[in-house]
Amino acid sequence: MSNYPIFEPTDPSGLTRKSFVSNQEVRWCPGCGDYAVLASVQKVLPELGIPQEDFVFISGIGCSSRFPYYMETFGMHSIHGRAPAIASGTKAFRPNLNVWVMTGDGDGLSIGGNHLIHAIRRNIGLKIILFNNRIYGLTKGQYSPTSEMGKKSKSSPMGTVDYPFNPISVALGTGGTFVARTMDANPKHMQEVLKAAALHEGTAFVEVLQNCVIFNDGAFTDVTSRQSRGENTLDLVDGKPLLFGNKNEKGIILDKKMRPQVVKVDEVGLENILVHDADNEAMAFMLSHMTIPNHPVPMGVFRSVARPSYEQLLEDQINTAKAKKPNASVQSLLESGYTWRVE
Amino acid sequence: MSEVAKAPQTLESVTIRFAGDSGDGMQLTGTQFTETSAVMGNDLSTFPDFPSEIRAPAGTLAGVSGFQLQFSSQEVHTHGDAPDVLVAMNPAALKVAVGDLKENGIIIVDRDAFTDKNMNLAGYESDPFSDGSLAAYRVFDIEITKLTLNAIQELGLPQKQAVRCKNFFALGTVYWLFSRELQYTESWIESKFGAKTPSLAKANKLALNAGYNYGLNTHIFPNNYVIAQAPVEKGLYRKVTGNEAVGLGAVTAAELAGVELFLGSYPITPASEILHFLSHQRHLGVKTFQAEDEIAGICSAIGASYAGAAALTTTSGPGLALKTEAMGLATILEIPLVIVNVQRGGPSTGLPTKTEQSDLFQSLFARNGDSPMPVLAATSPGDCFWATIEAFRVALRYMTPVVLLTDGYLAQGSAPWKVPQISELEKIPVEFATDPEGFQPYARNEDLSRPWAIPGTPGMMHRVGGLEKQNITGHVSHDPANHQVMSDLRAEKIRKVQDMIPATEVYGDADAKLAVVGWGGSFGAIRGAVDHLRAQGVKLAHIHPRFLNPLPKDLGEILAGFDRILLPELNMGQLAYVLRANYGIEVARYNKLEGKPFKEAEIVTAIRAQLEEMG
Ligand code: SF4
Repeated sequence: MSNYPIFEPTDPSGLTRKSFVSNQEVRWCPGCGDYAVLASVQKVLPELGIPQEDFVFISGIGCSSRFPYYMETFGMHSIHGRAPAIASGTKAFRPNLNVWVMTGDGDGLSIGGNHLIHAIRRNIGLKIILFNNRIYGLTKGQYSPTSEMGKKSKSSPMGTVDYPFNPISVALGTGGTFVARTMDANPKHMQEVLKAAALHEGTAFVEVLQNCVIFNDGAFTDVTSRQSRGENTLDLVDGKPLLFGNKNEKGIILDKKMRPQVVKVDEVGLENILVHDADNEAMAFMLSHMTIPNHPVPMGVFRSVARPSYEQLLEDQINTAKAKKPNASVQSLLESGYTWRVE
Repeated sequence: MSEVAKAPQTLESVTIRFAGDSGDGMQLTGTQFTETSAVMGNDLSTFPDFPSEIRAPAGTLAGVSGFQLQFSSQEVHTHGDAPDVLVAMNPAALKVAVGDLKENGIIIVDRDAFTDKNMNLAGYESDPFSDGSLAAYRVFDIEITKLTLNAIQELGLPQKQAVRCKNFFALGTVYWLFSRELQYTESWIESKFGAKTPSLAKANKLALNAGYNYGLNTHIFPNNYVIAQAPVEKGLYRKVTGNEAVGLGAVTAAELAGVELFLGSYPITPASEILHFLSHQRHLGVKTFQAEDEIAGICSAIGASYAGAAALTTTSGPGLALKTEAMGLATILEIPLVIVNVQRGGPSTGLPTKTEQSDLFQSLFARNGDSPMPVLAATSPGDCFWATIEAFRVALRYMTPVVLLTDGYLAQGSAPWKVPQISELEKIPVEFATDPEGFQPYARNEDLSRPWAIPGTPGMMHRVGGLEKQNITGHVSHDPANHQVMSDLRAEKIRKVQDMIPATEVYGDADAKLAVVGWGGSFGAIRGAVDHLRAQGVKLAHIHPRFLNPLPKDLGEILAGFDRILLPELNMGQLAYVLRANYGIEVARYNKLEGKPFKEAEIVTAIRAQLEEMG
């Protein structure tokens, strides 16, 4: 006999941005990029048609990991790096919940790297939002696994000698079925990406280029500022040519060595420009390596493919097993195996 | 057939060790003997002992796999100290095991395996059959391989397959020696091989019968033996290993609590069988999650518990070390979780396949901050079932992580277990918080337990986490006075678990001067030793607390009533340390760290030494 309470889910139609604002004072530094993510998430959730009580936000440790406190949802601010593992248990146990993992470049790619890659590999239905500010903020300014080579920081006064991770490549390399990038400075773009992520079956991984005003101010200015955005970023749209520039006058082609080249559209013809295919792993991987100054930085959805989720496959197994043994009970399990009766 | 065989002699208890190369099927042989003896009504206890390398080189000492059991017409507490009978399928097995054998014990060997090459591999410099080194034993060297091949010749099996039947020949011979019935093993062979490979089924049955008839007809053994039924309670029995019993206990606990079971785990010796067992229970709705590492094993269980699961994680020593940070999280989250630690030899990788009781300190103390946690220990393979239910009962009542300690000996060993009726077991009360009116995540009931408000419950949204909580509201708080309050509450809550611990049982003579105290898997050896000496008129008591944190309310007073306490432990004195810390008492320690369980005889000797000192 089950002890779980039974109730009608609440009606999500009346939810607004405000419904998701908790009573806790937001404590990020003024000007921090995290505010924009919070606002965007609170904007997107009411549009999903999901009852408020079904949202769960789970985070690790770091500035971004304070996120759950500010959300009027179920939430857990857990321990460093472990949010994907905890959230995997929540999602696997209760697949109907809408589970988000809020993490950062240190939390997700350094101390919790193992959990991150395995969550994505399993295609378990988590929405993983990785705030990439290329620095450790909460511990006050050490380099992170996404800091650029040579980065001078509190713990690397002569510059780092380690090569950084490319979060999108990592997510693609582990088989991510939804891999996207957005930025704090463009809320509209972020909301579109977050909404697509929220509705994806399986793991959705989103890298947010996020500015840390205190310890790494301007890390992405060349990419995110309004002045340079047109020239330095490329909006990925499935089925549309890879165009960029202030007037979309530039595009991407592949040269004979399969390297992406920037070309002027009117010189090669629009028909020769590569067309984005979100169902093409090789293309996504190639795009993930494009960066300034030689290429624009791609923004948007690199890859989005339909594949059964971990939790769905697990439910299917349970249903199949139950159908095979409709009369199974715990008592019959106890009485199975090698038994004999003493009279 | 010549003269009439002598009447079988009656024995009370016999201990047999089957030993051979890893590929010789000794675990299977031992299991068959066990199951047959169980059905024939003997009480028994088993202990498999296998190498940690999966494929150690054939014929070497490292590759020897053993299976020991004691079967009896009386109650059995252990798998037996020194074997009465050793079945050695090759020289390495003889070499490894012969030292344990009782004087005048029976050795049965496969003579055909004693080739120069195998003798070399085993490090024999001279022939043990002629150099006098086996003079203390009764040696029966039988050409087992040759006789097996002869017996199944007609089937024309390939040589390699045919040779593999030799363990059934050996089993048949031992069946004759101890008047076992063949039918149980025959039907097992039939169900195992009958449908797919009828020729193998036939071959193994022929080998089994040939071995039996060899004993019956050749008279190389002066006589054979019978071991009468043990006086056991009526009912349905099954054989369980400790690991199976943990799995059964977890499924039963979830049923008694009316919640669903979730296991998050990472494979590790000697705990993996719990993961295997529960992975097979999908039809009962059991969810198992094989995580990427030990940390994710416990973290996924925490995530499931947060969502309302009866959550379990299973591991062994080094894995528990990796879980400690998350155990702290579960402590401050105050959510139910059972952590089963199947102890093995340490430190570090230590002795993965060998038993020890050396994770008591780790379980009690290995967390940052003051992070109190109930710890209990199982005493026998079958008791792993009851201890697991008890662990869930504590976890769910007090909203706390709980450590259940078993060990490699209990986990891999097996014993007959009387199957209980779930309908007769006490339910585990669980209540989910559903009323948003006045809801406070860290408000407490009379047990100091906080409400379980799970995601998906309308109006109950709240945040939890690893940062210190404000009392009652659960908001983040760095207030110094609040940290004191919360630390006190967490400690007091675990102390209150004492409320559900029954009065401590003092077994034996309450007026004895000496009490033997133990915990966990050493129960059988201690109880056996105490019974042995009490039968000789020695006054003794045996006390074996299940709860190691908190300790039972009455334990200090009970211990103070004895002149002396002897505390055998498979560690360097961990419970002894805890008892001194709690009660200021100094116990006589008896510690062993050989990767092996205690023998009854060792405990008997240790008790005698104490009695002598006490005068
Ligand atoms: S330290 Fe940086 S990342 Fe952290 S809150 Fe301040 S600005 Fe944001």
